[in-house]
Amino acid sequence: MRGIAKAFPGVQALADVSLSLGGGEVLALVGENGAGKSTLMRILAGGLAADAGEILIDGKRVVIDAPRTAERLGVGMIYQEFNLVPQLTAVENLVLGDEPTRRGFLDTSAALERARRIFEELRIAMPPDVPVARLSVGQQQLVEIAKVLSKRARIIVMDEPTAALTENEIERLFALVERLKAAGKGIVYISHRLEELARIADRVTILRDGRVIETRAERAFPEDEIVAAMVGRQLDAHYPALPPIAQSAPVVLDVRSLSRPPQIDGLNLQVRAGEIVGLAGLIGAGRTEILRAIAGADVPRGGEILIDGRVARIRSPIDAIGAGIAFITEDRKAQGLVLGMSVRENVTLAHLAQYVNRDLMIDRAREARTTQRMIDELDIRTPSTEQLVKNLSGGTQQKVVLAKWLIGTVRVLLFDEPTRGIDVAAKAEIYALMVGLAQRGSAIVMVSSELPEVLGMAHRIFAVRGGALVRSFAHDEATPDAVMLAAAGAAA
Amino acid sequence: MTAGARQPVKISWLRIIAAATVFVAFIAAIDVAAHGAFLSRGNIASVLSQISYDFILAIGETFVIITAGIDLSIGSLVSLCGVVMAIVANSLHLSGFLLIAVTLVSGLAVGALAGYVNALPVVKLNLPPFITTLAMMQIALGASYMLSHGRPVALVSPAFGNLGYGGFFGGLTGLLHVQGNLFPIVWMLVVGLFFSTLLTRTRFGRYVLAIGGNEEASRLAGVDVARAKTLVYVISGVCAAIVGFLYMALFSSGSPQTGTGNEMLAAIAAVVVGGTSLMGGRGTIVGTFFGALLIGSLNNAMNLLHVDSYLQMVVLGAVILLAVALDELRKRYL
Repeated sequence: MRGIAKAFPGVQALADVSLSLGGGEVLALVGENGAGKSTLMRILAGGLAADAGEILIDGKRVVIDAPRTAERLGVGMIYQEFNLVPQLTAVENLVLGDEPTRRGFLDTSAALERARRIFEELRIAMPPDVPVARLSVGQQQLVEIAKVLSKRARIIVMDEPTAALTENEIERLFALVERLKAAGKGIVYISHRLEELARIADRVTILRDGRVIETRAERAFPEDEIVAAMVGRQLDAHYPALPPIAQSAPVVLDVRSLSRPPQIDGLNLQVRAGEIVGLAGLIGAGRTEILRAIAGADVPRGGEILIDGRVARIRSPIDAIGAGIAFITEDRKAQGLVLGMSVRENVTLAHLAQYVNRDLMIDRAREARTTQRMIDELDIRTPSTEQLVKNLSGGTQQKVVLAKWLIGTVRVLLFDEPTRGIDVAAKAEIYALMVGLAQRGSAIVMVSSELPEVLGMAHRIFAVRGGALVRSFAHDEATPDAVMLAAAGAAA
Repeated sequence: MTAGARQPVKISWLRIIAAATVFVAFIAAIDVAAHGAFLSRGNIASVLSQISYDFILAIGETFVIITAGIDLSIGSLVSLCGVVMAIVANSLHLSGFLLIAVTLVSGLAVGALAGYVNALPVVKLNLPPFITTLAMMQIALGASYMLSHGRPVALVSPAFGNLGYGGFFGGLTGLLHVQGNLFPIVWMLVVGLFFSTLLTRTRFGRYVLAIGGNEEASRLAGVDVARAKTLVYVISGVCAAIVGFLYMALFSSGSPQTGTGNEMLAAIAAVVVGGTSLMGGRGTIVGTFFGALLIGSLNNAMNLLHVDSYLQMVVLGAVILLAVALDELRKRYL
C-alpha cells in the first residue's frame, strides 16, 4: 500500500500511509484507538475507498472497490467481531456464500469434505454439526480463519485476535499463525497487547494520528519504545501506585452467602473503603456472573448484600443504583451505552430524575453543565456534549460510561474488563481514575482477563473458579503463576 | 475513529433546508397543475382535517416504533372505542359538555386498557409485539362487531353534531371562510404538541428513545423498561381512542367498520416516512406530522388532478418507498 490517504468529515484519518508485507511474514500494526488502523484495513478489504494512494499485490497495481474484489485478490479479514451466522454449524458457515450444490440442491457431503480438508490443513479439531453459537470464542475464531483460508486468502488481516481468548486458545492461535507463515501467507496482526508482539511479529509498523511513525524489525524494537512511539511521549510506569488502605477503613460492600444458580452458591466477599479487589479466573469461571448478581442485573436467589452496614435489597438494577452500586459492564456497546444518543444523554441516563424540573421537563442546560463538568474532570475527548457516542473512540466511550455513574452517589464500583479494547494511554487514564475513586472512599471490585492488570491494580486478588472465590492473595504475594494455578484448579 | 469534528447542528440545518426545498417545490408544482386549487384556503383546511385522523393514530404508533415495537391493533381499536363510546353516550342521561366528556373518558379508558393488555405479554413474557397486537387486532374487532351487532350505533344526542359543522367550530369555520372541519385539526394540534413535548422534553420520552437505542444498557442504567414499554402501548391505545371519538363525532355514529380499512397502514406509513426508525431509538412527532402531511397532500392532489383512484394507490405505495429510500440515502451522504 502506497501513499494511502483518507479523510472523514472534520478529520484526516489517514495521510500518506505506506506499508509492505512479504509472504511468510507477520507484520504487527499497532497504534492507539483512532490512529487509523481499522480505516487502513477497511480500505485494504474493500470496505472503504481511499482518497489517494495505490495498492499493489505481487507488484501489480490493483483496484479494490468492493469486499468481493478484495476476496478475489486473496485478501482475508478476521474482524474482532466475528461474521458468523450463529445458528449455522461450522461447516455451513465455512461454505456460506459458496455452497457446493448438486443438481441445484445443497451437497452436504461435498461441503463436509471441503471443511474437513481445511480443518486438517490447519490441524484443528472442530465438531462439524454444532451451531457455532455453542462453540467457544476460540473455536469460533478458528472457523473464521478457516473461512478466510477456504477462499484462498494469501493476505490475512487479524484485528485484535486475542482480545477474547483464554491463555490456552491464544497458544493455539499462535501455533496456527506459525503454520500459516510457513505456508507462505502474509499476515497483518493488529493488537493492543504489546507483549504478544515479541512472540509473533517479524516487523512492527506504528501508526499515530493517521501517519506511519516507524517500521522496524520486532527484535530491534523494545516494548517501551513501541509504547513511546504509539503515544508520542514516554509513558510512566504502567500501573499507578496503589494508595494504602487505612487500618480503620470500614467495610463498604459486604456480600453474605450470595447465591444465584447455577453458577454462584454461597459467595462471601467484603470490600473496604478505598480498597480495590480483583477477580481473576478463566473465561466461564463465573467472574462476570458474580458482578451481575451484586449489581442486580441477574436477580440473586439467596444471601444478602450490605452497603455501609445497611442491608440493601437488590432485585433489579434500579435497586442496586439506589444502594450506590455502579456496574461498568464488560461490553460497552451492548450494555453500557446507547450509541445513537449524545454524550449528554448517556451521562445523565442513570440519574435522569435529578434533572427534571418541577414542570416535569428535563432541564437540558443543567444536564449539559454536569456533562461538561465530567468532560473536564475525566478528560473525555469529545468536541461537545452533543456528540453522538458512537462517533467516539473506545477509551473515550469508556470514560462516558464512567461519567454516567460518577454523577451520582456511588459507594461501590464493579468494573468488568474496564480496559478491554482500549489503547495504552487511555488504559493508564482509566487506572488513575480507579485509584482516585478508591482514594475517595469507594469500594471497587474489578474483573479482568488480563492478569497483569489484576495483579497491578488490586489490593487483594481472588482466584475465581466455578463461581466461587477459591483463593485470596494480597497484592504483594500474588504472582501470575500462583493466581493462574489457583484459578485453573487441579486441572492445571 | 477519533471523535470526528462532525457538527450535528450544521447537518440538521442542511437537512431541514433540503427537506423544505423539496416540499415547497412539490407543493408549488401541484398547485400550478391544479390551477391554484391546491393552495386555496379551503383546500388547505380540508387537507389538514383529513390528515388529523391518521396523524393522531400515527402519534401513538411513533412511540411504539421508537421502542422497536409495532402496534397492529390501532385500526381495530378505533372501531371498538367508537362503538363503545356511542353505546355509552346513548345510555347516559346527560347532555352537552358533560355528556361529551364522560363519553370521551369511557373511550380513552377502553383504549388505554387495550394498550395495557397489548403490553403485558410483551414485557412479562417477552413475546414479540407483532404477535400480541395482531391478536388484539382480531379481539378488538370481534368485540366491536359483537357490541354493535355489526351495525353502526347512531348517536341519539345532537351534542356531538355540534363538534363538527355546528357550534363553536362551525362558527369558527364560517368566520374563517374555510370549508372542512376545524374540530379534528384543533385536536391534532393539541394532541401533537402534548405528545411531542412528552417525547422530547420529559424523562419518560428520553427513556423511550434510550430503550429503542439499547434496551439492555437502559435496563442496567436503572431505567424501568417494563413500565416505559407498557406506557408506550397505552399511549397508542389512547390515540386510537381519540381517533375513534373524532370519527364518531364526524359520522354521528359509532360504526364497527370505522378504522378497519387503510388506517393502520397509513399511520405506520406516516411514521416511517417521517423518519422514525423501525429498528428503534430514533424518531420525532414533528417528523410523523410531515409524514402524514406528505401522504395526505399527495392524496388530495391526486384527487384534484382527477387521478384514477386505483392508480392513486399505486402512486402512494411508490411514494412511501421512495421517501424512505431517500431518507436512507440522505443519512448516508448528507
